[in-house]
Amino acid sequence: MDTSRSYLEPSSFSKKMAAAIIIVYAVITLIPISWMVMTSFKNVDSAISYPPEVLFEPSLEGYVNLFTNRSRQSQEYLDSLPPPQNWYEELVRSREMVITGPSKFLGRYSNSMIIGFGSTFASVFLGALAAYAFSRFRVPLKDDLLFFILSTRMFPPIAVAVPIFIMYRKLGLGDTHLGMIILYTVVNLSLAVWLLKGFMDEIPKEYEEAAMIDGYSRLQAFFKVVLPQAMTGIAATAIFCMIFSWNEYAFAVLLTQFNAQTAPPFIPTIIGEGGLDWPAIGAGTTLFLLPVMIFTIILRKHLLRGITFGAVRK
Amino acid sequence: MSVKKKFKGLSDKAVGWLFIGPTVLLLLAINIYPLVYAIKMSFTNFYANKIGREPQFVGLKNYIKVLNKEAIWEKMQVTASFMFWTLLLQAIIGLGLALLLNRKFKGNELLTTLIVLPMMLSPAVVGVFWTYLYNPQVGLFNYVVNFFYDLGSFDMIGSSTLAPWAIVIVDTWMWTPFTMLICLAGLRSVPNYLYEAAEVDRASKWQQFIYITLPSVLPFLLLALLFRGIENFKMFDMVVELTSGGPGSATELASINLKREAFEKWKTGYSSAFAVILFVTIFGFGNVYVKVMNKIKER
Repeated sequence: MDTSRSYLEPSSFSKKMAAAIIIVYAVITLIPISWMVMTSFKNVDSAISYPPEVLFEPSLEGYVNLFTNRSRQSQEYLDSLPPPQNWYEELVRSREMVITGPSKFLGRYSNSMIIGFGSTFASVFLGALAAYAFSRFRVPLKDDLLFFILSTRMFPPIAVAVPIFIMYRKLGLGDTHLGMIILYTVVNLSLAVWLLKGFMDEIPKEYEEAAMIDGYSRLQAFFKVVLPQAMTGIAATAIFCMIFSWNEYAFAVLLTQFNAQTAPPFIPTIIGEGGLDWPAIGAGTTLFLLPVMIFTIILRKHLLRGITFGAVRK
Repeated sequence: MSVKKKFKGLSDKAVGWLFIGPTVLLLLAINIYPLVYAIKMSFTNFYANKIGREPQFVGLKNYIKVLNKEAIWEKMQVTASFMFWTLLLQAIIGLGLALLLNRKFKGNELLTTLIVLPMMLSPAVVGVFWTYLYNPQVGLFNYVVNFFYDLGSFDMIGSSTLAPWAIVIVDTWMWTPFTMLICLAGLRSVPNYLYEAAEVDRASKWQQFIYITLPSVLPFLLLALLFRGIENFKMFDMVVELTSGGPGSATELASINLKREAFEKWKTGYSSAFAVILFVTIFGFGNVYVKVMNKIKER
């Protein structure tokens, strides 16, 4: 037994009380998310039963509906068809429907991936360069420039959306992957510069100075010494940029319709016959939120820094 | 830097410009240029859907129109009350949770990570799935409320008195972890010797909280509220998907109204003037707030 407990340490009773309240809060706050995941494994009838079903027979109907387009057919027509080839066809037929083709979800999801990765790479690369310069060199008007970079984040997206819309229409960038990658890169740049500057400030100058005395040029020292040292910070920054691009909605809904539309504006449009197809929306939501939850767990040590643009460090 | 040409390769100055240049250029092209363009359009009667029609200079007419429109002030009021309630609730609950988490019990880190999850999710998608939870016939939220207190059938999204609360609840659910995390950092930054000294002076726990804990956390809490304030002033995605500004215009925040004017009615000149006004407001308030915050920090 440890009897040398400091009198500053909270008593074990107060610790237990705190833990109990926090656990209750955590459970309550996770209910909406768990409910969506559960709904994705319900069938359409079970999702709209009242009182809401906590125990239910799991079904993949939501996922099948998410990935396919279906059309309702008469019983006679269904009887005239050859027997279903696989389990999902059977599932759809039991609802008196036939699969008419794949849905747009996969395309929207991969748009999110392409635009997310593209813009993350670009903003972290450019951000790392700028952050290094701000961290190491005497840049004229440094504080003003840094504040300017941050202030671009304060614009309501809608306020600049019209000019960007017009500009993109002229340049042929409207509804293209490239256009969205450039746009998200710019939005993420402020975060990338500020976060990475904080990480670079923590790398001792002596490292690259030693390398330069050994005959490296400044550029070589940056790429071969500083960047590898900053890898953790770069990875954390990249994840934050990725999450932003992944979640972004306002620009996506205003500037894309078909070709480059990402998942967030698409998911609300998954509508079934005669009302919303909740299991399918649940399935889309689950698949969309899963990567972010995994990233959050990986990021947990750097969360604070990321959400405050590096203003608060632990 | 004093080191000049001692090393091979480009000079530090050249490297500096090479490294900062692309970022500044991109921001100028995709952020500042559109802003300047918006300011320019705000003085014209431009309609973005009427290509080929030469826009005419109309002076301050758009600004006068915006400021004299009663509906705009209603939107501002909706936005202000949304901001007031979300920030108040997030400050209280966030600080409370941070104080509890600061007792460093077992499993603390895991629970923090779990609590933080909602704020990392896509606000638009969150809005969509809360329409399901709020569904008056089958929604889980309605069921739980009726389980504890029988209200009968009620519609959070469809009723103009409840809808403003519907968006406050979702925003609070989503973003309380944000204030919590920042307050927690504030609590952990308080040096232990302060409490030790207070303990020696026989200060009660309550006195320690009022005179040590609160003043140290306050700058952190204010910073968190600044970030949340800016975000909620711009709030668009979650509310669009949850209530789309309705019913009527009960939850039509400034950004949503702006989107309607700009992208549904295509009144580009008018909406640009509105955008500039919003932008100036956020910048003005932000600056005043930061000044006040720094004063409090200095004390």
